[in-house]
Amino acid sequence: MNPNLNLWLIPILPLAGAAINGFLGKRSSRRAVTTIALVFSGAAFAMALWVATRFSSLSLPYQEFFAHWIRSGSFTVDFAFYLDQLTLVMLLVVTGVGFLIHIYSVGYMWDDPSYYRFFSYLNLFMFFMLTLVLAGNYLVMFIGWEGVGLASYLLIGFWFTKDSAASAGKKAFIVNRIGDFGFLIALFLFIKHFGSLDFDRVFNSVAPLGAETAGAGLLTTIGILLMVGACGKSAQIPLYVWLPDAMEGPTPVSALIHAATMVTAGVYMVSRSHMIFERAPIALTVVAIIGTLTAFFAATIGIAQTDIKKVLAYSTVSQLGYMFIACGVGAFSAGIFHLMTHAFFKGLLFLAAGSVIHAVGGEQDMRKMGGLKSYIPWTFLTMGIATLAIAGIPPLAGFWSKDEILWKAYGVSPVYWALGVVTAFITSFYMFRLLFMTFFGDYRGAQVDAHGQVSHGHDAHGHGEPHESPMVMLVPLMILALLSLVGGLVGIGNRFEHFLAPVFVSAAGAADLGSTEAVQGGSHSTELLLMGVSVAVALLGWWLAYFLYYKRPELPQRIADALDGFYEMVVHKYYIDELYAAVFVKPLIDGSTRILWQGVDRNIIDAAVNDAGEGAEQVSDEVRHMQSGNIRSYAGWIAGGSAVIIAFMIWMWMEGR
Amino acid sequence: MVPLSYYLLLSGFLFACGVVGFLIKRNIITIFMSIELMLNGVNLSFVAFAAHWHALAGQVFVFFVMVVAAAEAAVGLAIIIAVYRTRETLNVDQVNLLKL
Repeated sequence: MNPNLNLWLIPILPLAGAAINGFLGKRSSRRAVTTIALVFSGAAFAMALWVATRFSSLSLPYQEFFAHWIRSGSFTVDFAFYLDQLTLVMLLVVTGVGFLIHIYSVGYMWDDPSYYRFFSYLNLFMFFMLTLVLAGNYLVMFIGWEGVGLASYLLIGFWFTKDSAASAGKKAFIVNRIGDFGFLIALFLFIKHFGSLDFDRVFNSVAPLGAETAGAGLLTTIGILLMVGACGKSAQIPLYVWLPDAMEGPTPVSALIHAATMVTAGVYMVSRSHMIFERAPIALTVVAIIGTLTAFFAATIGIAQTDIKKVLAYSTVSQLGYMFIACGVGAFSAGIFHLMTHAFFKGLLFLAAGSVIHAVGGEQDMRKMGGLKSYIPWTFLTMGIATLAIAGIPPLAGFWSKDEILWKAYGVSPVYWALGVVTAFITSFYMFRLLFMTFFGDYRGAQVDAHGQVSHGHDAHGHGEPHESPMVMLVPLMILALLSLVGGLVGIGNRFEHFLAPVFVSAAGAADLGSTEAVQGGSHSTELLLMGVSVAVALLGWWLAYFLYYKRPELPQRIADALDGFYEMVVHKYYIDELYAAVFVKPLIDGSTRILWQGVDRNIIDAAVNDAGEGAEQVSDEVRHMQSGNIRSYAGWIAGGSAVIIAFMIWMWMEGR
Repeated sequence: MVPLSYYLLLSGFLFACGVVGFLIKRNIITIFMSIELMLNGVNLSFVAFAAHWHALAGQVFVFFVMVVAAAEAAVGLAIIIAVYRTRETLNVDQVNLLKL
C-alpha cells in the first residue's frame, strides 16, 4: 500500500501563486510579487524533489484519486493523478527548469510595468503543465494540454500593445487548435472503443491486441490522430509555423514554454501512449517520418536566420524532431532522455540569448552584435557550454541523448539515421555560427544611449556599453550550464533507459521492435562507429562555422550571392507561411467575409431581425388608429366583434346540422 | 299561443335598436335609454324562455336585471347631473377631459 503523497499540492501551489499575484499583484510591490512567485514555484519544485526521494519505496504506478468528474452510465472520468518513472522525470524537469526560469525572470522583467502579470501567467503555466504531466487520464491531461496553450497564448501576447506579438499569440493558439482537433477525435475513439479515458484501463484494453501489421486499423487511426495533436503542441511539420512567431514573447517565456517544457508535451503524450504506438507500425512510421523531416527542414531554415531568437526557435523545432524520431523508432526512453537534456541546454540557450539581448539594449539581430565575449564573459561561457551541448560534443548532455536517438534510429532504418546525422551537422553549424556572430569579431551594434533609443521592442534595457546581466539572471544560467555539462551522464550504461524501462516495458514485446533490439544486441563496434560519425560531423560543423564566420567573415555573403535563389528561399523559410496564408488563411478570411459575414450574417440573420422589427412597426402604425379614445368607437368594435362571433357560431350550427 | 321565435326576434330587434342607439347618439341621456333598451331586450328573451321551458329561473333573473338597471339608473343619472352642472353639456364627445 502506498503512502498518500498529496500530489495535488504540486500543481495547486503554482495556481495559488498565480491567483495571488493575478488578483493582488497590481497593488503589491515588486518585492512581494517576486516573493509570491518564487515561493510557490519553488515549493512545487521542493515537493517534486520530495516525491523523488520517496520514489523508490513506492509501488508503481502510484495513483491518486480526488473526485469523480464525469459519470455517465459505465463511463467515468475522475480527477486522478498518475505517477510513474516517466511522470517523475517530467515533473522534475518542469518544476526544476521552471523554477530556475522564474528566478531569471526576476532580473529580466524587473523594469516591465506589468511585472505582476508576467509572474501570474508564468505560475499559471506551471499549474497547467504540471496537471498535464501528472494527469491520470487523457481528459485531465487535456485540461493541462489546453491550459498550457492558453498560458502560451497569454505570454506570447504579453506585450499585446505590439501588433506582431498579439497576432503571434493568436497564430499559436489557432494552429494549436488544429492539433487539438486530432487529439480530441482520438479521445472520442478511446471512449467509443475502450469505454474509458484512464491510462490504466485504456492500456489494459490495448495490451492484448496484436500489432496492426496488416494495415491501418483502430490503433493506427488513434496513433495518427494523437500525433496530429502532438504536431500542434510540439511544433512539427505541418503545424510548426507558430513556434518561430512565438518568439515575440519575452525571452524567459521562450525559454520555459517554447523550448524546455510546453513544446515537449507532444513527446510526453506520445511516449505516454506508447502502448498504442507500439501496436501501430504505420503510425510509428508516420511519427518517425514527421520527426525526421521536421528535424532536417527546421535545421536548414536555422542556417539563414539572423534573429538570435529565431535561430533558437528553429533549432527547437529541429530538436523536437529528434525526439519524435526517437518515438517513431520505438525508443521512447531515448526521446524522453533528449527531452530532458534539451530542456537543460535549450533553456540555457534561450536564457543566455535573453542575457545577450539584455546586454545590447534589446537588439535581436545578430548582424548588429559581435565581439560580446569580453563584455559579457559569463553569458558567453554558459552559452558556449550550451552550444557545445546541443552540437553533440562529448561529454556534454546533448551528445549522449542525440547519439542514443541516432543509434536507435539506425536500428530501424539507416535513412532516419543519415538525415539525423546531416541534421546534427547543420545543428552544429548554425549554433556555432550564432556563437561566432554574437560573441566573436568586433562589436557591430550602435552604441546604445542611456535611454535605449536604439532599442527595439520592449526587451529594451539600454545602458550605454553592452553590460553583463545581474546575478539573479546569471545564477540560473550557471546552474543550467552545469546541468548541460553533466546532465547527459545519467544516460551512461543505459541507466536512464533502465530507469524508464518499467514504463516502456512492453517496448521489446512489440513485433516491429524486435529487430531494433537484435541490432542493438548485435555489434558494439557499429555503435562506436556511429558515435564517431556524429562527433565528427559536430566537429565539422564547428569548424565550418569557425571558418566562415570567424576566419573569413566575408565568405558567407559571397556564398549566399552564389546560391541566390536557394538562399532567398531558405531566408524566407521555404515560403511556408506564405503558402499557408494563400492556401488556408486567405480563403478562410475571404469566405468568412463574403459568405458568412456579408452573406449569411448580414443578409439572412440581421435582415430577418431587422425586417421583423420594421414589420411590427408598420403594423402597429396602422393598428394604433383603432385606439382613438372615442368610447363609442370602442363600443362599435365590441358590437362588430360580437356580431362576427355570433355569425360564426350560427354558421357552425348550420354546418353541424 | 305565440311561438317562441316571435319573442326572440322582438328581443333581438330591441337589443339591436339599443346597440345602434348607443353607437350613434351623442346625447348621454339617449345613450342611457339605449342601454335600458338593450337590457329589456335581454329581459324579454329571459322571460320568453322561462315561459317556454316552464322554468322559473329566467323570471327570477329578470328581477335581478331590473334591480341592477334601477341602481345603475340612479347612479348614472346622478353622474349625469353632476357632469351637466360642471360642463353645461350632455354631448359625450365634449366630455373628454380624460382623453390624451
